[in-house]
Amino acid sequence: MNRKVALFVPCFVDQVLPQVAIDTLTVLRRIGCEVVFPEDQTCCGQPGFNTGHWEVAAPCAERFVRVFSAYDCIVCPSGSCTGMVKKHYPELLESSSLRDEAVALGQRVFEFAEFLVRVAGVTDLGASFPHRVAYHPSCHSTRELGIYEEPMKLLRAVRDIDLRPLPNEGECCGFGGMFSAKFGMISAAMGDAKAANLEQAGAEYVTTIDPSCLMHLDGVFGATRRKLKTIYLAGILASSGGPAAAAEVSR
Amino acid sequence: MSTASQEFLRKAVVKSSDLEHRALIQRGMASYDAAFSKGKLRFADWEAARTRCSEIKAEGIAHLGQYLTEFERRVLDRGGHVHWAENAAQANDYVVELARARNVKTVVKSKSMVTEEIHLSAALEKTGVTVWETDLGEFIVQLRNEPPYHIVTPAMHLSRQQIADLFREKLGENVEDADPGRLVAAARVALRRAFFSAEMGISGANFLVADSGMVAISTNEGNGRLTTTIPPIHVVVTGIEKVIPRLSDLATLWPMLATSGTGQPITTYSTLIRGARLAGEPDGPKEFHVVLVDNGRTGLLANPETEEVLKCIRCGACLNICPIFRHVGGHTYGTTYPGPIGSVFTPRTAGLNEWGHLSYACSLCTACKGVCPVKIDLPKQLLLGRRDFIAAGNVKPAERVGFAGFRWATASASRFSLLGWMARKAMPIVSALGLSRTALDPMQVWTKYRSPMAMPKQSFRAWWRENANK
Repeated sequence: MNRKVALFVPCFVDQVLPQVAIDTLTVLRRIGCEVVFPEDQTCCGQPGFNTGHWEVAAPCAERFVRVFSAYDCIVCPSGSCTGMVKKHYPELLESSSLRDEAVALGQRVFEFAEFLVRVAGVTDLGASFPHRVAYHPSCHSTRELGIYEEPMKLLRAVRDIDLRPLPNEGECCGFGGMFSAKFGMISAAMGDAKAANLEQAGAEYVTTIDPSCLMHLDGVFGATRRKLKTIYLAGILASSGGPAAAAEVSR
Repeated sequence: MSTASQEFLRKAVVKSSDLEHRALIQRGMASYDAAFSKGKLRFADWEAARTRCSEIKAEGIAHLGQYLTEFERRVLDRGGHVHWAENAAQANDYVVELARARNVKTVVKSKSMVTEEIHLSAALEKTGVTVWETDLGEFIVQLRNEPPYHIVTPAMHLSRQQIADLFREKLGENVEDADPGRLVAAARVALRRAFFSAEMGISGANFLVADSGMVAISTNEGNGRLTTTIPPIHVVVTGIEKVIPRLSDLATLWPMLATSGTGQPITTYSTLIRGARLAGEPDGPKEFHVVLVDNGRTGLLANPETEEVLKCIRCGACLNICPIFRHVGGHTYGTTYPGPIGSVFTPRTAGLNEWGHLSYACSLCTACKGVCPVKIDLPKQLLLGRRDFIAAGNVKPAERVGFAGFRWATASASRFSLLGWMARKAMPIVSALGLSRTALDPMQVWTKYRSPMAMPKQSFRAWWRENANK
C-alpha cells in the first residue's frame, strides 16, 4: 500500500525503548508505507492526566493536536497512548479551543496492530518466529479500544510460532503508569501473578501491543529471576526467524 | 499524607507479598468467575439487561426526592415509621433511642453494609445491647472482631480451618474436620437462640420500591426472613440511593444483582416487606421502622459528574474483578466499601483529603467498568477523584517538582531530548556505583521492585536522524 503514515512514538518508547519504534517503522515500510516522524512531538500527556494533574496534561494534549493535525493517518506502537488521544482528549480539552480538532484527530490515530489489520488490510507480514509465545491482551488496547483479534490474526500468520493460550489473560500486568511507582509493591505482585500465568502457559516470550506493560514485566522478570522474555508485537513481525533475529524490547 | 493513606501503604506491602492470601483469594475468585460467566449466559441479552438496570437506577436517582417521598407515604399509610438521617450519628441515635424506649436487650441483624458504614452495632453495644450478626459470613467476622472483608462475602479471606478454630474458641464447638455442613450447623445453634430472644431485628435493603412502598431484600441463608419476622420490632437501615420506581423493575434488578454478586440466577430468598403485621395476620413484627441514611450521598447527587455513583447496587462485581483488590484484599483499604466502588465512594462521602489516595489504588485496567451491572464508569470516576484530589492541593513536594519538570520538558522537543539523554546517562552510572535501589537512586520507586532497565545508547529520535533516510 502506498500510504503516508505519521509515527506517534510514545515518550518512553522514544527515550528508553527505541527498538519498539524501529521495529514498528520496519514493518510499516515493509508493507509499503511512507513513514514520517514529526520531530516536534514529545508526550501525549497521559502521565499527567492519569495522576490528576490535568493542568499539566492539557498543554501536552494541545501540543499533540498542533503537531499531528497536518497528518491524515497516525500510527502508534501503544494502545494506551492511542487510547489517551482517542478516548480522553475530548474530556481533557473540553474547554480548549482545540477540542473539536482533537476529536477529529482522534479518528485518524490508530494503534499499530489495528492499523495493519483494519486499515492496511494486512495480516501476513512474512515473519518467522520459532518460539513459544503468549499474547498478553493489555488493558487499554483490549478494553478501552476493543483491539484483540487484530494482534491475534497477525501472530497466527507468523511462521513457526508456537502461540500459547495464557491463563487469566485479561488480568492487568500491574503497570498502570504512575501506579507502578506509587504502589510498587502491588504493581510488582500483579506482575508476579502475570509471570506465573506465563510460566503456566509454557511461554518463552510474552508479547503485547503495549510496550509499557513489557517494560514493567521485564523488570519483574529480572527481579524475580525468571527466564521469561518480553518482545513487542512489531519485534516479532519484523523478524525473519532464528533467535538472533529476535530483538528483545528491553535492548 | 493522611493517616489512612499511610495505613493503606503499610498493609498493602504486607498483603501484596502474602502468597497464602493470594492463593486463597485466587481460589475464591476463580469459583466466582466460573459461576458469573455461566450466570451471564442465562440472560437472553446480558448487555441489554445491564443497560436496563442502569436506566432504572438512573431514573430512581434523577427523581430521588420524589420516589423517596412516595415510598415514605406508602410506609406511613400502613402504620410504619420513616426516619430521615442526614448522617451516621442521626441514624444511630434514632435506633439506639428506639431500642432504649422499647427496652431492647438483644438485637439480631441481617447483612447490611450501611449499618457497617455508620457503625450501628458499636453504637448499640455501647448502651449495653447485645448485637448478633446472623449472616454466616458477618457472624464469623463479628466473632473475630473485624469488619467484613468483602461487601458480599464478608469472610472470604478465611479458610474452613480458620473458621473451625474460631468456632472452637468462641462457641466451644469442636468441628475437627472443618466440614462446612457441620460448621453451618454449629453457627445455626447459636443463631437460633439469638433469633428467638431478640426484641429487635435490623436489616438493610437491597431496593426500596417506590410504587408499592416495599423493601426488597436478597439473601441466601434465610437469616434475613428470620430477622425481619420474628422479633417484635423490625428496623430497616438503608441508604437513600436504594429507591427504585416500580415493583416490576425487580424483574431485571433481582436476577442482575444475584448474577453479578454470586453467579446465581436469583438469590435463595428474595423477600418483599411491606411493614408490620396487619390486623388479622398471624405473624410478623409489631413495629416497622425505616431509617433513610444520607451520610454524604446527597453530595454525590449534587454533582452531575458523580451522581452516577449512586446507581451502585452493592453487588461486589467490581471488587471481584479488580486486580488490586485481589492482591491487597478487602481490609487493606480501611473502608466499609473496598475495591473500585469504595475507592470512588469513600473519598466523595468521607473526605477527599483523608481518602483521596484510594482513587490512585488502581492501575486503570478498566475491568470494573465492563462488569458493573448498572454501568457506572468507575475508571472515569477514579480519574475524576484524582483530578479533584490534586485540585484540592494534595500534592507531595517531590511530585510537584516532578510534574513541573515534566511540563517544562514536554513543551519543547529539544528539552525533552535533553532530559531523556540525562536519564539514559544517569541510570548506568547509578547502577555502576552500586546505588540501585538505594535512596540515591532516582529510579528507586521503580527498582525497588524491579530490575533496573537496560538503557539504550540513543533515543528513537536520535536514531531517526541518523538512519531514517538510509
